[in-house]
Amino acid sequence: MNQPVTPHPHGALGTVELRIPCKAEWVAVARLAVAAVANRLNFSIEDIEDVKLAVAEACTNCIQHSEGSDQIHITCETGPEGLTVRVRDFGRGPRPQKAAPSVSDEPHVGGLGVFLIRSLMDSVDYDVHPENGTNLVMTKKVAH
Amino acid sequence: MDIKVNVREPKGDTYVVDLSGEIDVYTSPKVKDAIGELIDKGHYNLVINLENVRYIDSTGLGVLIGGLKRVREHGGTVNLVCTNPQIKKIFDITGLVKIFGIYDDVDAAMKALV
Repeated sequence: MNQPVTPHPHGALGTVELRIPCKAEWVAVARLAVAAVANRLNFSIEDIEDVKLAVAEACTNCIQHSEGSDQIHITCETGPEGLTVRVRDFGRGPRPQKAAPSVSDEPHVGGLGVFLIRSLMDSVDYDVHPENGTNLVMTKKVAH
Repeated sequence: MDIKVNVREPKGDTYVVDLSGEIDVYTSPKVKDAIGELIDKGHYNLVINLENVRYIDSTGLGVLIGGLKRVREHGGTVNLVCTNPQIKKIFDITGLVKIFGIYDDVDAAMKALV
């Protein structure tokens, strides 16, 4: 199940930018686009799925928690070491940054999205501006 | 991108809900409605079949957790059928394997409810 993806012959260095409306129906477009970018690098299928889910969770957080943001900006920076994805919204309101995994026998929902992002990516940083949105920067390294 | 929901004819007091497609922030309300409708009608033993689900995110997990919480209040439970390794991994890293019974096929999930 964990078949390596053939790397692009010219490497995959570059930046890809995507802007989507801050609406639920557009999240699938974002995750598929970023998966296509990740596919240009030497990620395993499993790593690509991780990136896909992390980006979707980040966009979902923007939609559910930002007030007054019309768009989400997604920037993918590719390099020999891996992929850095920035997910930026421009709304107001606090955003969940802390993870709250379900570790007990009691079902718990809150914080699952952030927990998944932090679990699936190699590094995650939030730059929060309470009146002007949140910038989430996350990186996935290519396994060498 | 869509999710298809099919509720099978019940066996005893157990209902099987077949899901196919992708469960995300856009499609999860449809799943929530289907599960909620069964619970509202007093059906508290559910098997949710994720065999044909290609993708699930935290909103989908939230719907499943919400359903489990509701049926537990009435002494029921929710068992899941899941064979997709990526989705199993999500249940594993979130710790939800400790909360749900997760089985490889519908028959096993139903037997575990009896």
